[in-house]
Amino acid sequence: MQHVSPIREPLVTGGKTYHDITEDVCRQVEAKPNVRWAAALAVALVGLAIFIYSVYRTLWYGIGEWGLNKTVGWAWDITNFVWWVGIGHAGTLISAILLLFRQKWRTSINRAAEAMTIFAVICAAMFPVLHMGRPWLAYWVLPLPNTFGSLWVNFNSPLLWDVFAISTYFSVSLVFWYIGLIPDFATIRDRATGPIARRAYALLSFGWTGSAKHWSRYETVSLILAGLATPLVLSVHTIVSFDFATSVIPGWHTTIFPPYFVAGAIFSGFAMVLTLMIITRKVFYLEDYITLEHVESMNKVIILTGSIVGIAYTTEFFIAWYSGVEYEQYAFINRAFGPYWWAYWSMMTCNVITPQLFWFRKIRRSLTATFIISIFVNIGMWFERFVIIVTSLHRDYLPSSWAMFSPTIIDIGVYVGTIGLFFTLFLLFCKYFPVINMAEVKHILKSSSDVKYPKKAATMHATDKDLNSNTHHNE
Amino acid sequence: MNKKFILGIYDDEDVLLTAIENIRAGGTKIYDVFSPFPVHGIDDVLGIKRSRLPIVAFFAGLTGMSFALWMQIWMMGFDWPMIIGGKPHIALPSFIPVTFELTVLFSAFGMVITFFIVSKLKPSMKVNVFDKRSTDDKFVMAIEVKEGETDVAALNDLLRSNGAIEVNEKEVVK
Repeated sequence: MQHVSPIREPLVTGGKTYHDITEDVCRQVEAKPNVRWAAALAVALVGLAIFIYSVYRTLWYGIGEWGLNKTVGWAWDITNFVWWVGIGHAGTLISAILLLFRQKWRTSINRAAEAMTIFAVICAAMFPVLHMGRPWLAYWVLPLPNTFGSLWVNFNSPLLWDVFAISTYFSVSLVFWYIGLIPDFATIRDRATGPIARRAYALLSFGWTGSAKHWSRYETVSLILAGLATPLVLSVHTIVSFDFATSVIPGWHTTIFPPYFVAGAIFSGFAMVLTLMIITRKVFYLEDYITLEHVESMNKVIILTGSIVGIAYTTEFFIAWYSGVEYEQYAFINRAFGPYWWAYWSMMTCNVITPQLFWFRKIRRSLTATFIISIFVNIGMWFERFVIIVTSLHRDYLPSSWAMFSPTIIDIGVYVGTIGLFFTLFLLFCKYFPVINMAEVKHILKSSSDVKYPKKAATMHATDKDLNSNTHHNE
Repeated sequence: MNKKFILGIYDDEDVLLTAIENIRAGGTKIYDVFSPFPVHGIDDVLGIKRSRLPIVAFFAGLTGMSFALWMQIWMMGFDWPMIIGGKPHIALPSFIPVTFELTVLFSAFGMVITFFIVSKLKPSMKVNVFDKRSTDDKFVMAIEVKEGETDVAALNDLLRSNGAIEVNEKEVVK
């Protein structure tokens, strides 16, 4: 029997029963689209249209449509790529790492967070593919036989490691998410009244019946997938940071990058989860499942990772001075006091100072404050990548090639467009998929709801079998 | 051939666990139990053996790792050797990221595909569910009725005395 402290706050409020959970989550899947949802989708579709137009301009006229120049050959594209991949990391952290840590509060947010991961990775992948200039040749990054191209791909290149890391991350996250969705699709299927809905969800549910044997295997699969996804998510942003760290550009060539990038990724991802969940819980009336306790727990993760990022910024500065390398020192002084000082200080304010407000319990538990700070973190983390990339590149070793970068309207269009793409996907997900993992919330209901269930007189079997004990005798 | 089942419907997982224990102790064979979420402890009382899927995951991962190492060593070291950055042709440290990713990829997909195959889960329009409430809030225990062998009335009493809120009969057309 797992002991739950009596002072621990309930994770499901409102005296819900198993059936209430089904009703509350299936409601918006079964109902006609409501006006607010349709309005939000319309805005997102405008964003998507901007994306399509900007991509068309990029492909038809070439990369010259972007503000890149000879010195700053990488700017918004890679900034946005890293930003989106980082956002995706929170989903895997919530579903995999918190599963391994047996954090029950993950259950009502993991579904939406994982969906966010998948959509964020889709948005991220757009940038390197578009930057290729000829995306129809994107398969050249794969190790295909020589007759396809001229040579094998270069396995010593971090950019190639990225190809493997991102595609593995995407496909494993997708599988993990889908496995979790199967039992919930079965629930919707068995409630469905319309012939189309019933057939569609029957297909999606893979014929799930909820048999004890299947559940047993399902739990094993989830646990192993969580075990695989945990090092995977850490490896992905590590490899993304290698894109920079293995180069010889001052400000990039630092060993601190992998842990610093991973912390930053989790930081920005949790901020995005909060931004999305604060709205979702309100729009779909899920306040009893995504409670202030959930918001507070996520805010604690934000303050931890935000502080790690803050320490990393300081350490970078210190090491630049301590190394005695002039180029390194110049790169950092230029970041803080050079022509891009405003980007640097925006980053510092948004990432290091504002999250510190979460030390106050009142702010941690305030939805408005959390929402505003989460937006600040999203902006700050975008600036972090911009600062790292552009300020290091724009003043290279040769002063005659120093340059500034300014984005064109197409740069902005592609970026805003991916936000439109992201929200289009997310809103469709919200409408047609169960936003909350019903099976998992039902599973924790008895131990974590505000209804007190009477203790069983004979507790022969542990209700929460976290450790597999095969010593139970029936006879 | 049609099969007949007696379904005991339960609405609490703790009652269900005790019921399974008692019914199995009395010598009645339980065909299957359906629940809306994984009931912890049910494997032990039903006598379900621990899944061997982790072993599949391990060997699939091992395959992925070997494949990745072989691929990189063969391509970079033998098929078309090139000097890149003055490094040796077979530069193992820079092969580690791709090796790791392919290990994870093979392991995850190998295990999940095996899970679908052994559980006979596949996309299909027609799904046979004994009682549709078992994916919502009820726990359904199915016991197969053997013609001439099973005493249906006694089974009904047994299920009810063990906390079933409802007992139904169901015929499954094969």
